Amino acid sequence: MWAYVIKRILHGVVVLFAVATLTFLIMHWVPGGPFDSDKKLPPEIIANIEAKYHLDRPLPVQYGLYLKGLIQGELGPSFKYLGRDVADILSDTFPVSLTLGLAAMLVVIALGIPAGVVSAYRPNSMLDRGAVFIATLGISVPSFVLGTVLVWGLSHKLGWLPPALWEGPRHVLMPALALGAGYAGYIARLTRTTVLDVLASDYIRTARAKGLTEREILFNHVLKNSLYPVVSVLGPLIAGLVTGSFVIEFIFSVPGMGNFFITAVTNRDYPLIMGVTLVYAVLIVIVHILVDLMYGWLDPRVRVH
Amino acid sequence: MRPFSLSSKIAAGFLALITLASVFAPWLAPYSFETQNTMNILSGPSAANWMGTDQLGRDLFSRILYGGRVSLFIGVATTLVAVLIGTLYGAVSGYVGGRWDSLMMRAVDVVFALPDLLMIILITVVMGRGVAGLFLALTLVSWVTVARLVRGEVLRLKESNYVEAAHALGAGDLRILAREILPNLLGVLVVTVSFRIPVAILAESTLSFIGLGILPPASSWGTLANDGWSAIKFYPHLILFPSLAIFLTILSFNFLGEGLRDALDPRS
Repeated sequence: MWAYVIKRILHGVVVLFAVATLTFLIMHWVPGGPFDSDKKLPPEIIANIEAKYHLDRPLPVQYGLYLKGLIQGELGPSFKYLGRDVADILSDTFPVSLTLGLAAMLVVIALGIPAGVVSAYRPNSMLDRGAVFIATLGISVPSFVLGTVLVWGLSHKLGWLPPALWEGPRHVLMPALALGAGYAGYIARLTRTTVLDVLASDYIRTARAKGLTEREILFNHVLKNSLYPVVSVLGPLIAGLVTGSFVIEFIFSVPGMGNFFITAVTNRDYPLIMGVTLVYAVLIVIVHILVDLMYGWLDPRVRVH
Repeated sequence: MRPFSLSSKIAAGFLALITLASVFAPWLAPYSFETQNTMNILSGPSAANWMGTDQLGRDLFSRILYGGRVSLFIGVATTLVAVLIGTLYGAVSGYVGGRWDSLMMRAVDVVFALPDLLMIILITVVMGRGVAGLFLALTLVSWVTVARLVRGEVLRLKESNYVEAAHALGAGDLRILAREILPNLLGVLVVTVSFRIPVAILAESTLSFIGLGILPPASSWGTLANDGWSAIKFYPHLILFPSLAIFLTILSFNFLGEGLRDALDPRS
Protein backbone atom coordinates (compact mmCIF):
# COMPACT_ATOMS: atom_id res chain seq x y z
CA MET A 1 0.00 0.00 0.00
CA TRP A 2 2.73 2.49 1.02
CA ALA A 3 4.77 1.61 -2.04
CA TYR A 4 1.73 2.53 -4.13
CA VAL A 5 1.23 5.84 -2.31
CA ILE A 6 4.88 6.78 -2.78
CA LYS A 7 4.77 5.79 -6.44
CA ARG A 8 1.70 7.96 -7.00
CA ILE A 9 3.32 10.93 -5.23
CA LEU A 10 6.53 10.59 -7.27
CA HIS A 11 4.47 10.45 -10.44
CA GLY A 12 2.70 13.62 -9.31
CA VAL A 13 6.02 15.38 -8.74
CA VAL A 14 7.16 14.46 -12.27
CA VAL A 15 3.95 15.88 -13.72
CA LEU A 16 4.35 19.09 -11.71
CA PHE A 17 7.94 19.47 -12.89
CA ALA A 18 6.76 19.02 -16.48
CA VAL A 19 4.04 21.63 -15.97
CA ALA A 20 6.50 24.09 -14.41
CA THR A 21 8.98 23.64 -17.26
CA LEU A 22 6.34 23.83 -20.00
CA THR A 23 4.79 26.96 -18.53
CA PHE A 24 8.19 28.58 -18.17
CA LEU A 25 9.11 27.84 -21.79
CA ILE A 26 5.73 28.90 -23.15
CA MET A 27 5.90 32.17 -21.25
CA HIS A 28 9.31 32.92 -22.70
CA TRP A 29 8.34 32.18 -26.29
CA VAL A 30 5.75 34.90 -26.03
CA PRO A 31 6.56 37.78 -28.34
CA GLY A 32 6.62 41.08 -26.50
CA GLY A 33 7.68 41.58 -22.89
CA PRO A 34 5.48 42.41 -19.94
CA PHE A 35 6.28 46.13 -20.07
CA ASP A 36 5.61 46.61 -23.77
CA SER A 37 2.12 47.92 -23.33
CA ASP A 38 3.30 50.83 -21.15
CA LYS A 39 4.27 54.16 -22.63
CA LYS A 40 7.81 54.46 -23.94
CA LEU A 41 10.23 54.24 -21.04
CA PRO A 42 13.82 55.52 -21.05
CA PRO A 43 16.26 52.68 -21.81
CA GLU A 44 17.95 52.98 -18.40
CA ILE A 45 14.64 52.29 -16.62
CA ILE A 46 13.93 49.32 -18.87
CA ALA A 47 17.40 47.97 -18.07
CA ASN A 48 16.69 48.41 -14.36
CA ILE A 49 13.40 46.59 -14.57
CA GLU A 50 14.96 43.78 -16.59
CA ALA A 51 17.75 43.40 -14.07
CA LYS A 52 15.31 43.37 -11.19
CA TYR A 53 13.26 40.58 -12.74
CA HIS A 54 16.36 38.80 -14.14
CA LEU A 55 15.04 39.31 -17.68
CA ASP A 56 18.56 40.29 -18.84
CA ARG A 57 20.06 36.93 -17.88
CA PRO A 58 20.30 34.02 -20.32
CA LEU A 59 17.27 31.70 -20.40
CA PRO A 60 18.86 28.72 -18.57
CA VAL A 61 19.89 31.03 -15.70
CA GLN A 62 16.38 32.44 -15.50
CA TYR A 63 15.01 28.89 -15.48
CA GLY A 64 17.39 27.91 -12.66
CA LEU A 65 16.41 30.94 -10.58
CA TYR A 66 12.76 30.18 -11.23
CA LEU A 67 13.04 26.53 -10.10
CA LYS A 68 15.07 27.54 -7.05
CA GLY A 69 12.37 30.02 -6.11
CA LEU A 70 9.64 27.41 -6.59
CA ILE A 71 11.35 24.97 -4.25
CA GLN A 72 11.57 27.71 -1.64
CA GLY A 73 7.90 28.53 -2.20
CA GLU A 74 8.66 31.88 -3.81
CA LEU A 75 6.76 32.76 -6.94
CA GLY A 76 8.38 36.15 -7.38
CA PRO A 77 6.91 39.65 -7.61
CA SER A 78 4.01 40.36 -9.92
CA PHE A 79 4.92 42.37 -13.02
CA LYS A 80 1.73 44.38 -13.05
CA TYR A 81 0.59 44.66 -9.44
CA LEU A 82 3.79 46.41 -8.46
CA GLY A 83 4.87 45.82 -4.89
CA ARG A 84 2.75 42.69 -4.58
CA ASP A 85 4.07 39.16 -4.45
CA VAL A 86 2.45 36.46 -6.57
CA ALA A 87 2.26 34.21 -3.50
CA ASP A 88 0.53 37.07 -1.70
CA ILE A 89 -2.06 37.55 -4.46
CA LEU A 90 -2.69 33.81 -4.62
CA SER A 91 -3.22 33.48 -0.88
CA ASP A 92 -5.87 36.23 -1.14
CA THR A 93 -7.69 34.81 -4.14
CA PHE A 94 -7.35 31.05 -3.68
CA PRO A 95 -9.82 30.78 -0.76
CA VAL A 96 -12.45 32.56 -2.87
CA SER A 97 -12.03 30.10 -5.76
CA LEU A 98 -12.00 27.17 -3.33
CA THR A 99 -15.27 28.30 -1.74
CA LEU A 100 -16.86 28.60 -5.16
CA GLY A 101 -15.55 25.18 -6.20
CA LEU A 102 -16.82 23.48 -3.05
CA ALA A 103 -20.23 25.13 -3.37
CA ALA A 104 -20.43 23.93 -6.98
CA MET A 105 -19.42 20.44 -5.83
CA LEU A 106 -22.32 20.53 -3.39
CA VAL A 107 -24.65 21.45 -6.27
CA VAL A 108 -23.31 18.53 -8.31
CA ILE A 109 -23.82 15.99 -5.53
CA ALA A 110 -27.14 17.34 -4.28
CA LEU A 111 -28.69 17.48 -7.76
CA GLY A 112 -26.90 14.70 -9.61
CA ILE A 113 -26.99 11.69 -7.31
CA PRO A 114 -30.66 11.85 -6.19
CA ALA A 115 -31.78 12.47 -9.79
CA GLY A 116 -29.82 9.44 -11.00
CA VAL A 117 -31.19 7.17 -8.25
CA VAL A 118 -34.81 8.24 -8.79
CA SER A 119 -34.38 7.72 -12.54
CA ALA A 120 -32.97 4.24 -12.13
CA TYR A 121 -35.77 3.13 -9.80
CA ARG A 122 -38.38 3.95 -12.46
CA PRO A 123 -36.61 3.09 -15.72
CA ASN A 124 -38.33 4.35 -18.88
CA SER A 125 -41.08 6.09 -16.94
CA MET A 126 -41.98 9.67 -17.82
CA LEU A 127 -40.02 10.76 -14.75
CA ASP A 128 -36.92 8.88 -15.92
CA ARG A 129 -37.14 10.20 -19.48
CA GLY A 130 -37.67 13.72 -18.19
CA ALA A 131 -34.68 13.46 -15.86
CA VAL A 132 -32.40 12.04 -18.56
CA PHE A 133 -33.49 14.77 -20.97
CA ILE A 134 -32.83 17.54 -18.44
CA ALA A 135 -29.47 15.96 -17.61
CA THR A 136 -28.52 15.98 -21.32
CA LEU A 137 -29.55 19.64 -21.53
CA GLY A 138 -27.37 20.32 -18.48
CA ILE A 139 -24.38 18.56 -20.04
CA SER A 140 -24.77 20.52 -23.27
CA VAL A 141 -25.30 24.01 -21.90
CA PRO A 142 -22.01 25.93 -21.60
CA SER A 143 -21.52 27.32 -18.09
CA PHE A 144 -21.24 30.86 -19.43
CA VAL A 145 -24.59 30.53 -21.22
CA LEU A 146 -26.28 29.24 -18.06
CA GLY A 147 -24.51 31.96 -16.04
CA THR A 148 -25.72 34.76 -18.30
CA VAL A 149 -29.27 33.36 -18.37
CA LEU A 150 -29.29 33.25 -14.56
CA VAL A 151 -27.97 36.81 -14.30
CA TRP A 152 -30.58 38.07 -16.75
CA GLY A 153 -33.49 36.18 -15.18
CA LEU A 154 -32.80 36.09 -11.45
CA SER A 155 -30.99 39.43 -11.15
CA HIS A 156 -32.09 41.81 -13.88
CA LYS A 157 -35.69 40.63 -14.36
CA LEU A 158 -36.70 39.34 -10.94
CA GLY A 159 -34.17 41.09 -8.74
CA TRP A 160 -33.90 38.08 -6.41
CA LEU A 161 -30.14 37.67 -6.34
CA PRO A 162 -27.18 40.03 -6.80
CA PRO A 163 -25.72 39.84 -10.35
CA ALA A 164 -22.07 40.16 -9.30
CA LEU A 165 -19.42 40.48 -6.59
CA TRP A 166 -18.62 38.33 -3.59
CA GLU A 167 -20.14 39.59 -0.36
CA GLY A 168 -21.86 36.74 1.37
CA PRO A 169 -23.88 33.56 0.88
CA ARG A 170 -26.38 35.18 -1.51
CA HIS A 171 -23.51 35.92 -3.87
CA VAL A 172 -22.41 32.26 -3.96
CA LEU A 173 -25.69 30.74 -5.11
CA MET A 174 -25.82 31.66 -8.81
CA PRO A 175 -22.11 31.15 -9.60
CA ALA A 176 -22.17 27.73 -7.89
CA LEU A 177 -25.27 26.71 -9.82
CA ALA A 178 -23.85 27.89 -13.16
CA LEU A 179 -20.57 26.09 -12.50
CA GLY A 180 -22.07 22.88 -11.17
CA ALA A 181 -25.12 22.26 -13.37
CA GLY A 182 -23.28 20.64 -16.29
CA TYR A 183 -21.41 18.23 -14.06
CA ALA A 184 -24.62 17.50 -12.13
CA GLY A 185 -26.17 16.31 -15.40
CA TYR A 186 -23.15 14.12 -16.06
CA ILE A 187 -23.21 12.61 -12.54
CA ALA A 188 -26.98 12.04 -12.78
CA ARG A 189 -26.56 9.98 -15.94
CA LEU A 190 -23.61 8.05 -14.54
CA THR A 191 -25.45 7.32 -11.27
CA ARG A 192 -28.51 6.17 -13.23
CA THR A 193 -26.43 3.67 -15.23
CA THR A 194 -24.59 2.21 -12.25
CA VAL A 195 -27.72 2.02 -10.06
CA LEU A 196 -29.52 0.19 -12.90
CA ASP A 197 -26.65 -2.32 -13.03
CA VAL A 198 -26.69 -2.85 -9.27
CA LEU A 199 -30.48 -3.22 -9.13
CA ALA A 200 -30.26 -6.04 -11.68
CA SER A 201 -27.65 -7.95 -9.65
CA ASP A 202 -28.14 -11.17 -7.71
CA TYR A 203 -27.33 -9.76 -4.30
CA ILE A 204 -30.15 -7.24 -4.54
CA ARG A 205 -32.53 -10.08 -5.35
CA THR A 206 -31.17 -11.94 -2.33
CA ALA A 207 -31.62 -8.85 -0.15
CA ARG A 208 -35.23 -8.54 -1.34
CA ALA A 209 -35.82 -12.25 -0.74
CA LYS A 210 -34.48 -11.87 2.80
CA GLY A 211 -37.28 -9.39 3.36
CA LEU A 212 -35.18 -6.26 3.84
CA THR A 213 -37.11 -3.03 3.47
CA GLU A 214 -36.52 -0.98 0.29
CA ARG A 215 -34.96 1.67 2.47
CA GLU A 216 -32.36 -0.73 3.90
CA ILE A 217 -31.64 -2.07 0.43
CA LEU A 218 -31.15 1.42 -0.95
CA PHE A 219 -28.78 2.65 1.73
CA ASN A 220 -26.86 -0.51 2.60
CA HIS A 221 -26.58 -2.16 -0.79
CA VAL A 222 -27.53 -0.03 -3.77
CA LEU A 223 -25.88 3.26 -2.88
CA LYS A 224 -22.72 1.73 -1.47
CA ASN A 225 -22.09 -0.36 -4.55
CA SER A 226 -23.17 2.09 -7.20
CA LEU A 227 -21.11 5.01 -5.96
CA TYR A 228 -17.67 3.49 -6.73
CA PRO A 229 -17.74 4.47 -10.40
CA VAL A 230 -19.05 7.88 -9.39
CA VAL A 231 -16.09 8.36 -7.05
CA SER A 232 -13.69 7.46 -9.87
CA VAL A 233 -14.85 10.43 -11.96
CA LEU A 234 -14.62 12.84 -9.03
CA GLY A 235 -10.98 13.59 -9.88
CA PRO A 236 -11.55 14.89 -13.41
CA LEU A 237 -14.74 16.52 -12.13
CA ILE A 238 -12.99 18.56 -9.45
CA ALA A 239 -10.30 19.49 -11.96
CA GLY A 240 -13.05 20.66 -14.29
CA LEU A 241 -14.74 22.68 -11.55
CA VAL A 242 -11.46 24.31 -10.59
CA THR A 243 -10.31 25.30 -14.07
CA GLY A 244 -13.85 25.99 -15.25
CA SER A 245 -14.30 28.51 -12.48
CA PHE A 246 -12.46 31.37 -14.20
CA VAL A 247 -15.29 31.76 -16.71
CA ILE A 248 -17.81 31.96 -13.90
CA GLU A 249 -15.58 34.30 -11.89
CA PHE A 250 -15.41 36.52 -14.99
CA ILE A 251 -19.22 36.63 -15.38
CA PHE A 252 -19.98 37.28 -11.71
CA SER A 253 -16.93 39.50 -11.02
CA VAL A 254 -15.79 37.11 -8.31
CA PRO A 255 -12.35 38.17 -6.98
CA GLY A 256 -10.90 34.67 -7.30
CA MET A 257 -7.77 33.18 -8.82
CA GLY A 258 -9.43 32.68 -12.20
CA ASN A 259 -10.32 36.32 -12.59
CA PHE A 260 -6.75 37.34 -11.78
CA PHE A 261 -5.53 34.74 -14.26
CA ILE A 262 -7.54 36.31 -17.09
CA THR A 263 -6.15 39.75 -16.27
CA ALA A 264 -2.66 38.30 -15.92
CA VAL A 265 -2.87 36.78 -19.41
CA THR A 266 -3.97 40.05 -21.00
CA ASN A 267 -1.23 41.90 -19.08
CA ARG A 268 1.46 39.27 -19.81
CA ASP A 269 2.18 39.15 -16.09
CA TYR A 270 4.48 36.09 -16.40
CA PRO A 271 5.01 35.32 -12.71
CA LEU A 272 1.30 35.55 -11.97
CA ILE A 273 0.38 33.37 -14.97
CA MET A 274 2.94 30.76 -13.93
CA GLY A 275 1.83 30.96 -10.30
CA VAL A 276 -1.84 30.38 -11.08
CA THR A 277 -1.03 27.57 -13.53
CA LEU A 278 1.09 25.84 -10.91
CA VAL A 279 -1.53 26.18 -8.19
CA TYR A 280 -4.10 24.65 -10.54
CA ALA A 281 -1.71 21.83 -11.45
CA VAL A 282 -0.80 21.08 -7.82
CA LEU A 283 -4.48 21.01 -6.94
CA ILE A 284 -5.31 18.64 -9.76
CA VAL A 285 -2.40 16.32 -8.99
CA ILE A 286 -3.36 16.15 -5.29
CA VAL A 287 -7.01 15.49 -6.11
CA HIS A 288 -6.08 12.69 -8.51
CA ILE A 289 -3.88 11.03 -5.88
CA LEU A 290 -6.58 11.33 -3.20
CA VAL A 291 -9.27 9.95 -5.51
CA ASP A 292 -7.07 6.98 -6.46
CA LEU A 293 -6.39 6.22 -2.81
CA MET A 294 -10.05 6.63 -1.90
CA TYR A 295 -11.01 4.29 -4.72
CA GLY A 296 -8.66 1.63 -3.41
CA TRP A 297 -10.07 2.11 0.07
CA LEU A 298 -13.68 1.83 -1.11
CA ASP A 299 -13.16 -1.10 -3.45
CA PRO A 300 -10.88 -3.83 -2.07
CA ARG A 301 -10.55 -5.39 -5.54
CA VAL A 302 -8.51 -2.40 -6.74
CA ARG A 303 -5.99 -2.74 -3.91
CA VAL A 304 -4.84 -6.15 -5.10
CA HIS A 305 -3.56 -4.77 -8.42
CA MET B 1 -26.77 -1.90 -37.11
CA ARG B 2 -29.78 -0.77 -35.12
CA PRO B 3 -32.03 2.11 -36.24
CA PHE B 4 -31.24 5.66 -35.21
CA SER B 5 -33.30 7.28 -32.46
CA LEU B 6 -35.67 10.14 -33.25
CA SER B 7 -33.60 12.61 -31.21
CA SER B 8 -30.46 11.83 -33.19
CA LYS B 9 -32.33 12.27 -36.49
CA ILE B 10 -33.65 15.67 -35.44
CA ALA B 11 -30.14 16.59 -34.24
CA ALA B 12 -28.60 15.54 -37.56
CA GLY B 13 -31.17 17.62 -39.42
CA PHE B 14 -30.46 20.70 -37.33
CA LEU B 15 -26.71 20.29 -37.76
CA ALA B 16 -27.07 19.89 -41.53
CA LEU B 17 -29.17 23.06 -41.64
CA ILE B 18 -26.82 25.18 -39.53
CA THR B 19 -23.73 23.90 -41.38
CA LEU B 20 -25.19 24.67 -44.80
CA ALA B 21 -26.40 28.09 -43.60
CA SER B 22 -22.88 28.91 -42.35
CA VAL B 23 -21.06 27.59 -45.39
CA PHE B 24 -23.34 29.55 -47.74
CA ALA B 25 -23.47 32.61 -45.47
CA PRO B 26 -22.19 35.01 -48.17
CA TRP B 27 -25.19 34.07 -50.36
CA LEU B 28 -27.80 33.55 -47.62
CA ALA B 29 -27.11 36.37 -45.17
CA PRO B 30 -29.37 39.37 -45.77
CA TYR B 31 -26.53 41.80 -44.92
CA SER B 32 -22.74 41.64 -44.83
CA PHE B 33 -21.38 40.86 -41.36
CA GLU B 34 -19.72 44.26 -41.02
CA THR B 35 -22.21 46.64 -42.66
CA GLN B 36 -22.96 49.32 -40.09
CA ASN B 37 -26.21 51.23 -39.98
CA THR B 38 -26.08 54.03 -37.45
CA MET B 39 -29.75 54.83 -38.05
CA ASN B 40 -30.76 51.43 -36.70
CA ILE B 41 -28.69 50.49 -33.65
CA LEU B 42 -29.68 48.07 -30.87
CA SER B 43 -33.07 47.32 -32.36
CA GLY B 44 -34.94 44.20 -31.31
CA PRO B 45 -35.90 41.38 -33.66
CA SER B 46 -38.03 42.58 -36.59
CA ALA B 47 -38.96 41.60 -40.14
CA ALA B 48 -35.94 43.44 -41.54
CA ASN B 49 -33.49 42.21 -38.89
CA TRP B 50 -34.65 38.77 -37.73
CA MET B 51 -32.43 38.80 -34.64
CA GLY B 52 -32.13 42.55 -34.18
CA THR B 53 -29.05 44.73 -34.54
CA ASP B 54 -26.03 45.45 -32.35
CA GLN B 55 -24.36 48.61 -30.99
CA LEU B 56 -23.09 49.53 -34.47
CA GLY B 57 -26.33 48.68 -36.25
CA ARG B 58 -24.99 45.45 -37.72
CA ASP B 59 -27.52 42.71 -38.47
CA LEU B 60 -27.19 40.00 -35.80
CA PHE B 61 -28.68 37.22 -37.95
CA SER B 62 -26.05 37.78 -40.63
CA ARG B 63 -23.30 37.93 -38.02
CA ILE B 64 -24.47 34.62 -36.55
CA LEU B 65 -24.35 32.94 -39.96
CA TYR B 66 -20.80 34.24 -40.49
CA GLY B 67 -19.82 33.44 -36.89
CA GLY B 68 -20.96 29.87 -37.47
CA ARG B 69 -18.27 29.51 -40.11
CA VAL B 70 -15.56 30.17 -37.50
CA SER B 71 -17.15 28.19 -34.66
CA LEU B 72 -18.00 25.14 -36.78
CA PHE B 73 -14.70 25.22 -38.67
CA ILE B 74 -12.71 25.21 -35.43
CA GLY B 75 -14.88 22.46 -33.96
CA VAL B 76 -14.75 20.18 -36.99
CA ALA B 77 -11.18 20.84 -38.16
CA THR B 78 -9.49 20.47 -34.76
CA THR B 79 -11.45 17.32 -34.05
CA LEU B 80 -10.59 15.69 -37.38
CA VAL B 81 -6.87 16.48 -37.03
CA ALA B 82 -6.80 15.45 -33.36
CA VAL B 83 -8.57 12.18 -34.18
CA LEU B 84 -6.13 11.51 -37.01
CA ILE B 85 -3.06 12.14 -34.83
CA GLY B 86 -4.55 10.33 -31.84
CA THR B 87 -5.52 7.31 -33.91
CA LEU B 88 -2.09 6.90 -35.49
CA TYR B 89 -0.31 7.43 -32.16
CA GLY B 90 -2.64 5.18 -30.18
CA ALA B 91 -2.68 2.44 -32.81
CA VAL B 92 1.12 2.31 -33.03
CA SER B 93 1.49 2.43 -29.24
CA GLY B 94 -1.03 -0.32 -28.63
CA TYR B 95 0.11 -2.50 -31.50
CA VAL B 96 3.86 -2.28 -30.84
CA GLY B 97 3.38 -2.71 -27.09
CA GLY B 98 6.15 -3.29 -24.57
CA ARG B 99 8.63 -0.57 -23.65
CA TRP B 100 7.66 1.72 -26.53
CA ASP B 101 4.05 1.55 -25.48
CA SER B 102 4.73 2.55 -21.87
CA LEU B 103 7.08 5.35 -22.99
CA MET B 104 4.53 6.72 -25.45
CA MET B 105 1.75 6.50 -22.91
CA ARG B 106 3.83 8.27 -20.24
CA ALA B 107 4.03 11.27 -22.57
CA VAL B 108 0.27 11.12 -23.05
CA ASP B 109 -0.18 10.99 -19.26
CA VAL B 110 1.72 14.26 -18.83
CA VAL B 111 -0.33 16.12 -21.46
CA PHE B 112 -3.46 14.59 -19.97
CA ALA B 113 -2.65 15.85 -16.49
CA LEU B 114 -2.48 19.46 -17.67
CA PRO B 115 -5.71 21.41 -17.35
CA ASP B 116 -7.07 21.82 -20.91
CA LEU B 117 -8.43 25.36 -20.91
CA LEU B 118 -5.35 26.64 -19.13
CA MET B 119 -3.01 25.09 -21.66
CA ILE B 120 -5.08 26.37 -24.58
CA ILE B 121 -4.86 29.88 -23.14
CA LEU B 122 -1.09 29.61 -22.66
CA ILE B 123 -0.55 28.28 -26.19
CA THR B 124 -2.74 30.96 -27.77
CA VAL B 125 -0.74 33.57 -25.87
CA VAL B 126 2.27 32.38 -27.86
CA MET B 127 0.65 31.43 -31.15
CA GLY B 128 -1.63 34.42 -31.40
CA ARG B 129 -5.35 34.48 -30.90
CA GLY B 130 -6.46 34.03 -34.47
CA VAL B 131 -8.26 31.03 -35.90
CA ALA B 132 -4.88 29.37 -36.57
CA GLY B 133 -3.63 29.78 -32.99
CA LEU B 134 -6.81 28.38 -31.50
CA PHE B 135 -6.85 25.53 -33.99
CA LEU B 136 -3.33 24.55 -33.02
CA ALA B 137 -3.91 24.90 -29.27
CA LEU B 138 -7.10 22.85 -29.34
CA THR B 139 -5.51 20.12 -31.43
CA LEU B 140 -2.49 19.92 -29.13
CA VAL B 141 -4.60 19.28 -26.03
CA SER B 142 -7.28 17.05 -27.51
CA TRP B 143 -5.39 14.35 -29.43
CA VAL B 144 -4.38 12.58 -26.18
CA THR B 145 -7.94 11.56 -25.31
CA VAL B 146 -8.25 9.87 -28.70
CA ALA B 147 -4.81 8.26 -28.38
CA ARG B 148 -5.79 6.63 -25.07
CA LEU B 149 -9.09 5.39 -26.42
CA VAL B 150 -7.61 3.97 -29.62
CA ARG B 151 -4.75 2.29 -27.78
CA GLY B 152 -7.25 0.49 -25.54
CA GLU B 153 -9.26 -0.66 -28.54
CA VAL B 154 -6.16 -1.83 -30.39
CA LEU B 155 -5.00 -3.82 -27.35
CA ARG B 156 -8.37 -5.55 -27.38
CA LEU B 157 -8.48 -6.12 -31.17
CA LYS B 158 -4.90 -7.41 -31.20
CA GLU B 159 -6.01 -10.47 -29.27
CA SER B 160 -8.93 -11.22 -31.58
CA ASN B 161 -9.13 -14.39 -33.64
CA TYR B 162 -9.08 -12.70 -37.02
CA VAL B 163 -5.87 -10.80 -36.26
CA GLU B 164 -4.32 -14.06 -35.13
CA ALA B 165 -5.58 -15.67 -38.34
CA ALA B 166 -4.01 -12.88 -40.43
CA HIS B 167 -0.71 -13.43 -38.59
CA ALA B 168 -0.91 -17.14 -39.28
CA LEU B 169 -1.47 -16.41 -42.97
CA GLY B 170 1.77 -14.44 -42.97
CA ALA B 171 0.41 -10.88 -43.15
CA GLY B 172 2.88 -8.15 -42.12
CA ASP B 173 2.29 -5.70 -39.27
CA LEU B 174 1.44 -2.77 -41.54
CA ARG B 175 -1.03 -4.86 -43.47
CA ILE B 176 -2.69 -6.07 -40.28
CA LEU B 177 -2.94 -2.52 -38.92
CA ALA B 178 -4.38 -1.16 -42.14
CA ARG B 179 -6.61 -4.06 -43.20
CA GLU B 180 -7.71 -5.70 -39.96
CA ILE B 181 -7.44 -3.24 -37.08
CA LEU B 182 -8.24 0.20 -38.53
CA PRO B 183 -11.49 -0.87 -40.26
CA ASN B 184 -12.70 -2.28 -36.95
CA LEU B 185 -11.94 1.01 -35.21
CA LEU B 186 -14.17 2.97 -37.58
CA GLY B 187 -17.35 2.75 -35.51
CA VAL B 188 -15.61 3.93 -32.37
CA LEU B 189 -13.92 6.76 -34.29
CA VAL B 190 -17.16 8.05 -35.82
CA VAL B 191 -18.72 8.19 -32.35
CA THR B 192 -15.60 9.88 -30.96
CA VAL B 193 -15.66 12.58 -33.64
CA SER B 194 -19.28 13.32 -32.84
CA PHE B 195 -18.55 13.68 -29.12
CA ARG B 196 -15.29 15.65 -29.53
CA ILE B 197 -16.62 18.34 -31.89
CA PRO B 198 -18.90 19.89 -29.23
CA VAL B 199 -16.02 19.83 -26.75
CA ALA B 200 -13.90 21.88 -29.17
CA ILE B 201 -16.78 24.26 -29.95
CA LEU B 202 -17.37 24.71 -26.23
CA ALA B 203 -13.69 25.45 -25.54
CA GLU B 204 -13.47 28.00 -28.36
CA SER B 205 -16.69 29.77 -27.44
CA THR B 206 -15.80 29.85 -23.75
CA LEU B 207 -12.42 31.44 -24.45
CA SER B 208 -13.88 33.90 -26.92
CA PHE B 209 -16.58 34.78 -24.40
CA ILE B 210 -14.06 35.74 -21.72
CA GLY B 211 -12.08 37.70 -24.30
CA LEU B 212 -9.14 35.29 -24.61
CA GLY B 213 -10.22 33.59 -27.83
CA ILE B 214 -10.75 34.83 -31.39
CA LEU B 215 -9.83 38.49 -31.83
CA PRO B 216 -12.07 40.96 -33.69
CA PRO B 217 -12.82 41.67 -36.50
CA ALA B 218 -13.05 37.88 -36.96
CA SER B 219 -16.00 36.70 -34.93
CA SER B 220 -17.33 33.39 -33.70
CA TRP B 221 -20.50 32.73 -31.72
CA GLY B 222 -18.39 33.11 -28.57
CA THR B 223 -17.19 36.62 -29.50
CA LEU B 224 -20.76 37.59 -30.43
CA ALA B 225 -21.92 36.43 -27.00
CA ASN B 226 -19.11 38.47 -25.47
CA ASP B 227 -20.31 41.54 -27.41
CA GLY B 228 -23.81 41.01 -26.05
CA TRP B 229 -22.70 40.44 -22.46
CA SER B 230 -22.07 44.11 -21.67
CA ALA B 231 -25.58 45.01 -22.83
CA ILE B 232 -27.42 42.09 -21.24
CA LYS B 233 -29.59 44.17 -18.93
CA PHE B 234 -31.37 46.21 -21.60
CA TYR B 235 -30.67 44.38 -24.88
CA PRO B 236 -30.75 40.67 -23.96
CA HIS B 237 -31.34 39.63 -27.59
CA LEU B 238 -27.68 40.40 -28.35
CA ILE B 239 -26.50 37.58 -26.09
CA LEU B 240 -29.56 35.35 -26.44
CA PHE B 241 -29.14 34.38 -30.09
CA PRO B 242 -25.39 33.57 -30.13
CA SER B 243 -25.81 31.60 -26.87
CA LEU B 244 -28.72 29.72 -28.37
CA ALA B 245 -26.67 28.87 -31.46
CA ILE B 246 -23.84 27.49 -29.30
CA PHE B 247 -26.15 25.58 -26.98
CA LEU B 248 -28.29 23.99 -29.72
CA THR B 249 -25.21 22.99 -31.74
CA ILE B 250 -23.53 21.34 -28.76
CA LEU B 251 -26.78 19.65 -27.75
CA SER B 252 -27.30 18.33 -31.28
CA PHE B 253 -23.79 16.88 -31.49
CA ASN B 254 -24.34 15.14 -28.16
CA PHE B 255 -27.66 13.65 -29.30
CA LEU B 256 -26.10 12.63 -32.61
CA GLY B 257 -23.16 11.00 -30.79
CA GLU B 258 -25.52 9.02 -28.58
CA GLY B 259 -27.56 7.91 -31.58
CA LEU B 260 -24.42 6.85 -33.44
CA ARG B 261 -23.08 5.01 -30.41
CA ASP B 262 -26.32 3.08 -29.92
CA ALA B 263 -26.44 2.22 -33.61
CA LEU B 264 -22.76 1.39 -34.22
CA ASP B 265 -21.35 0.08 -30.95
CA PRO B 266 -22.23 -3.57 -30.50
CA ARG B 267 -21.32 -3.52 -26.80
CA SER B 268 -23.67 -0.80 -25.59
